[in-house]
Amino acid sequence: MSATPQSSPETRPEALAAGTGMPNEFLTFTLGEEEYGVDILKVQEIRGYDTVTKVPNAPSFIKGVINLRGTIVPVVDLRLKFALGRADYNQFTVMIILNVARRVVGIVVDGVSDVMQLTPEQIRPAPEFGSNVNTKFITGIGALEQRMLILMDIEKLISSEDMALMDSASVH
Amino acid sequence: MSNIDLSRFHRTFFDESLEGLDAMESALLRLDIGQADAETINLIFRSAHSIKGGAGTFGFTAVAGFTHLLETLLERVRSGQRQVSQADVDLLLRSVDVTRAMLRAADGGDACDLDNVARVSAELEQALDMKPAVVAPVAARPVAAGWSIRFIPKPDIFASGNDPLRILRELDRLGDAGITCIADDLPELGAIDPERCYLSWNIALRGDCDEAAVREVFAWVEDECNLEILPLDQPVATAASVEGMEAAPPAPDAGGRVVKKPQLNVVEGGKAAAESSIRVGTEKIDALINLVGELVITQAMLQQTAESLDPVLNEKLLQGLSQLDRNTRMLQEAVMSTRMLPVEAVFSRFPRMVRDLAAKLGKQIRLETVGESTELDKGVIERIADPLTHLVRNSLDHGLETTEQRIAAGKNPTGTITLRAAHQGGHIVIQVSDDGRGLNREKILAKAAERDVPVPPNPADADVWQLIFAPGFSTAEAVTDVSGRGVGMDVVKKNVQALSGQIEITTEAGKGTTVTIRLPLTLAILDGMSVRVGDDVFIVPLNCVVESLQPQPGQVKALTSNARVVKVRNEYVPLAPLHQHFNIRADAQHAETSILVLVESEGRKVAVQVDELVGQQQVVIKSLEANYRRVHGISGATILGDGRVALILDVAELVRGYARAAAA
Amino acid sequence: MSRILAVDDSTSMRQMVSFTLKAAGYDVTEAEDGLAALNLAKTQKFSLVLADVNMPNMDGLSLVRALRGLPDYKFTPLLMLTTESTPEKKAEGKSAGATGWLVKPFNPEQLIATIQRVLS
Repeated sequence: MSATPQSSPETRPEALAAGTGMPNEFLTFTLGEEEYGVDILKVQEIRGYDTVTKVPNAPSFIKGVINLRGTIVPVVDLRLKFALGRADYNQFTVMIILNVARRVVGIVVDGVSDVMQLTPEQIRPAPEFGSNVNTKFITGIGALEQRMLILMDIEKLISSEDMALMDSASVH
Repeated sequence: MSNIDLSRFHRTFFDESLEGLDAMESALLRLDIGQADAETINLIFRSAHSIKGGAGTFGFTAVAGFTHLLETLLERVRSGQRQVSQADVDLLLRSVDVTRAMLRAADGGDACDLDNVARVSAELEQALDMKPAVVAPVAARPVAAGWSIRFIPKPDIFASGNDPLRILRELDRLGDAGITCIADDLPELGAIDPERCYLSWNIALRGDCDEAAVREVFAWVEDECNLEILPLDQPVATAASVEGMEAAPPAPDAGGRVVKKPQLNVVEGGKAAAESSIRVGTEKIDALINLVGELVITQAMLQQTAESLDPVLNEKLLQGLSQLDRNTRMLQEAVMSTRMLPVEAVFSRFPRMVRDLAAKLGKQIRLETVGESTELDKGVIERIADPLTHLVRNSLDHGLETTEQRIAAGKNPTGTITLRAAHQGGHIVIQVSDDGRGLNREKILAKAAERDVPVPPNPADADVWQLIFAPGFSTAEAVTDVSGRGVGMDVVKKNVQALSGQIEITTEAGKGTTVTIRLPLTLAILDGMSVRVGDDVFIVPLNCVVESLQPQPGQVKALTSNARVVKVRNEYVPLAPLHQHFNIRADAQHAETSILVLVESEGRKVAVQVDELVGQQQVVIKSLEANYRRVHGISGATILGDGRVALILDVAELVRGYARAAAA
Repeated sequence: MSRILAVDDSTSMRQMVSFTLKAAGYDVTEAEDGLAALNLAKTQKFSLVLADVNMPNMDGLSLVRALRGLPDYKFTPLLMLTTESTPEKKAEGKSAGATGWLVKPFNPEQLIATIQRVLS
């Protein structure tokens, strides 16, 4: 079970014609009560939760490693990392496979919603507080009709030292 | 007639010729002078012969000319006309070099040294005692108006696959052939043996062809017929006797021949049929390896599902699945093998090098290789060749003493260099050892001081040996012809480190030096023993496993509160409970109720405590660091048959940790 | 379509022969030594066999000798690809049962001409 989220390309020319800035596309997912968005270009695919092999002496939010078509990929449960929601694992549990910092990493979230387009005008700066995720990993807040999307700098998050996903030498 | 572009075969020709030269070279090196065995000589001959044939066909005239000399010399050896001498072997080896250089040049590489080609050619000619060929002047013959031919095939001509009809047809192509069939010897119908030829022919061939062209037509049947060819004096009336041809008995239809003239139909770009070796980017191979891995997993999943099916009702399906299982595994092996090469690929260059350098240095040196079949990723092989070459040169030049010095020291006058490769604890270890003079602590310290290489205070021997790898230590050394070339051991170390490897030196004065290169297996295959601890499966590299045992009560003793040892025969081995080390669940908490796997690394042992031995299998080593980080006690990961990831124990690290703890 | 068995231990020569003959409309099967050729010939019938002389496992002369012993190949044209053009070599080939020979080096045109000589 895997799917690559596709945007609807026909909406692009309209946005350009309107003279606004290039819209960016975000994959949205939920963590507890909040809705988050990550740059779609960083998303490789979405998969169901696989059997994970535990890695010794790793922090609890690192679930372990999986075999992704022959590549060993670590899986992080963001719900555990940010102490959000109940970290259940069932047939509906979803993993987003990201391609960041020249690495492949899986993140477990509560659910994937959809792909959203946001023009720069629709993105407001990140507030100093109000999110469970440390603001240094937030690039802004996307507003679209009734929805509030917390835009995550996923690359910065994954590369950060407190994720313990990389050897300290390669942490940016 | 055809527009076949022979250049499409050049790649294959170069590849196979260079391979042939390698085979020739190693055969020459193992040739026992005085009692050369026929098979080796044949192999050497065949290599030269094939290159010559191909070079001629594909238009590399210079290569063909040179290899012709080589082949002629070898033919004399093969036929027993010539005994191979050491000088011959030297000459042949140099000829191999020349051929190789010529081929490389023809393949668009650097131009080859023509003087050298001429020199070696001259030597070959001298060895062959060849005089410049004298071309006998061909007497000019008057061209006849044509030829009168009497062709009497022997009765058994068909047994050579030749058909008189074909010859008649060919004659007709040379000119205007008037053919008369003579059937006087034809027996009665009942007595005819269809396998024999009873007919003969008289042919009057009119045309301006020379006698040689006529003889050429009969070249294949010279021994199967009586032939008379005389100039034709009078014009012959042709029309009347052509029926003779029709009257010829049909040839036995053994060949199933088709009379239709084949159409030459060269399709441009129809290259598919021609290429049997192609270069493929390793990333493509890696993608294949991963895809096949997926296939294996899917297959295993199907197999598992099928196990619940009624074997009688689903016989066909189950048969198909088991076939799929075999095919998938074979496919996986085949794909994996494309990335792996035996380390022999690099070891094989050394016999020649050692031989040549030993001669140059006036030393007697023997080269031993161990573990050539150890498989190693192609990329690693390519990048390890230079460092190894440097190390071998160093041993030759500096490590080994001269023959006189060795005799004086009471050693075997012949020095030995040993190249060794083995899998060890999730690494590949390659060693270059010599039984030479060993490193000299004082000399190294003096040189370090002279070169301003920083030296730690009160250095241990091991620290002193490490100085050799310091930048600037050896680069300024007198550039000897052998090991100089401005490359120092620091470069060797850098190259090894670039492969994430380590390099170590052990040495003993008067006994020799061993340089050990330890390389991680980025994509190597490892024989592993899978063990289970609680819910987790780990792979223990099989070459580290000494034995496994179920401890008896009293066999395990506590040293301190958290260090225990197990007594195996007369040895106390530190106990390594994996569940404690990795902080995971285990079925059995106590060593007495679990299984111990005795592993060894760097001469020390520990007993790894596990719950179960699952089995043995070959596993592909995958990097854990590519997307994650290094994990203490784990050297890498692999994918099991069911698609799950299993971690590979870093036995060396485990042993170091526990052995130290036990010693404390 | 005439089926030809091309036997040569040199891959490039085999490819050249095979390619040339296929382009000329023949059905070509390749074998890399005499033994492989003999095994093929035992299970399939070829209209012509073109064999190199010097090969590992089983050389061309032995192959020709063995083929002539097979009932199916009693009269089949068997051609040797040889670099030696000396009379002794040819005699050896003939006495083994070869139909004729083609001297290396040869070009595709010569190859086709020789094959047509025998098969057309």
